[in-house]
Amino acid sequence: MTEWFGELAARWPEMWPVLWLGTLDTLYMVLWSGLVTVAVGLPLGVLLVATDRDGLTPAPVLRAVLGAVVNVGRSLPFIVLMVAVLSLTRFITGTTLGPTAAVVPLSIGAIPFFARLVETALREVDRGVIEASHAMGARKSVIVVKVLLPEALPGLVASLVMTVVTLVSYSAMAGAIGGGGLGDIAIRYGYQRFDDYYLWATVVFLVLMVQLVQSAGDLLVRRVSHR
Amino acid sequence: MINAVGLHKAYRLKGRRIAALQGVDLHVRQGEVYGVVGRSGAGKSTLLRCVNLLERPDRGEVRVDGQDLTALGSARLRAARHGIGMVHQHFALLSSRTVAGNVAFPLEIAGVSRVERRRRVAELLDLVGLADRARAYPAQLSGGQKQRVGIARALAPRPKVLLSDEATSALDPATTAGILDLLRTLNRELGLTILLITHEMEVVKRVCDSAAIMEDGSFTESGRVSDLLRTPGSLLTRSLFPLPSDPPPGTVALTYPDGTDEPLMSQITRGFDVDVNIIAGALEEVAGHSVGRLNVRITGERRAEALAYLADNGLLVEEVR
Repeated sequence: MTEWFGELAARWPEMWPVLWLGTLDTLYMVLWSGLVTVAVGLPLGVLLVATDRDGLTPAPVLRAVLGAVVNVGRSLPFIVLMVAVLSLTRFITGTTLGPTAAVVPLSIGAIPFFARLVETALREVDRGVIEASHAMGARKSVIVVKVLLPEALPGLVASLVMTVVTLVSYSAMAGAIGGGGLGDIAIRYGYQRFDDYYLWATVVFLVLMVQLVQSAGDLLVRRVSHR
Repeated sequence: MINAVGLHKAYRLKGRRIAALQGVDLHVRQGEVYGVVGRSGAGKSTLLRCVNLLERPDRGEVRVDGQDLTALGSARLRAARHGIGMVHQHFALLSSRTVAGNVAFPLEIAGVSRVERRRRVAELLDLVGLADRARAYPAQLSGGQKQRVGIARALAPRPKVLLSDEATSALDPATTAGILDLLRTLNRELGLTILLITHEMEVVKRVCDSAAIMEDGSFTESGRVSDLLRTPGSLLTRSLFPLPSDPPPGTVALTYPDGTDEPLMSQITRGFDVDVNIIAGALEEVAGHSVGRLNVRITGERRAEALAYLADNGLLVEEVR
């Protein structure tokens, strides 16, 4: 055991730059796909709730279509989805390799997931508050922006944290088809070259990253919750 | 102020058709407190929601302050709703906003400027006695305080009409009394017309000028409380003053709708030579004036004349069989 750590310490100067770059790549992928996911998934989640039978603007057909699209996205294993959208990835980013290319499948994979979580969080909002807003003469857009979203904020933040954690794990999978990042390192060094030191180092880095995101998220949820 | 005519509303619940309103006419005068009493499921909640068109009646017309709400488009309807405040049984406050933020909300909707909002919020919190809790969140307040915030919020856009949906049902008796007193004060000082629904007769007794009793989607009786008390067989009177379950034969129920100044009992014993035996009696404060009810047994040759004399003196005389 001490031998193993001695070896690790000896190799660390050589490993560190690789791991650091991998970490930056992972952060890059998670950050950008996270932003795209929120930009698309949040409105999608709002639409899922608003178009429901007892929602703000019931639209059964639209609701059924959106629900079906989301379910398709949710049912594909990420690794399959990644391969399936390769041509779209090339169309958008001009390449299928590297962290930027990985943002496309990561976003597509996380959007339906996040949208469903948003839907659930919005459904938690007290119906009485929405009725009261109607009684005050609020228009629907005002109800979404000033009532639904702020009232559901703690749930929305928790959903975002869960999505980011999922994105970290998806991003590691993206490494398998050349996405870069810590997952890429784990596969190239750890799996293909049987280099345990890289394998365990990436595991520790990923665990730390998830812990950090979760703790920061929990703190934020507590800050925004006034229930 | 509120004139609803011929309201019908039916729902479909699991394939069954439920008639919530079956031809209700509601007339609430300017500046009065009007109470609709009934059991749950009687349709009073639907009725209240039809007044600000949260629910659209299947048939019938709703006029508030002269404006036919049923004929308005959605933008005009939203504008009209600024003039109709509503307080809710479970308060319906925004948990994400402070007390001040909640009261400011309808003003934001109505497009009132920030400076004006701040001024108005301070004024309203003063009015409901919560100036020191402006920065608190609803979760930190007691039920009574939450309802005060609800009332302040409802009053923010200076409505002419306030709808109260079981506003005191979730509160304990002492808090209920406080909220009812507040509503009464607002009614008197702001000239606010209040329509409230409740399942508690006590609420009608405490604050209402007029009342309606609702059963199975229609009014069984309605009118000024003081008139209802004069109506023979009134359900309201009987609910306020329950009779003994097994009255002895010959018992007469006497209601004093306008208080009691004359010594009527001794007048009839002397004038008509009858015996009066008092079985039960109660004096209640109804809508600000005292109303008495006496169950007496009157015997004697000239009993009928004595009863006629009492009726002539403004008492409601009912034979109990």
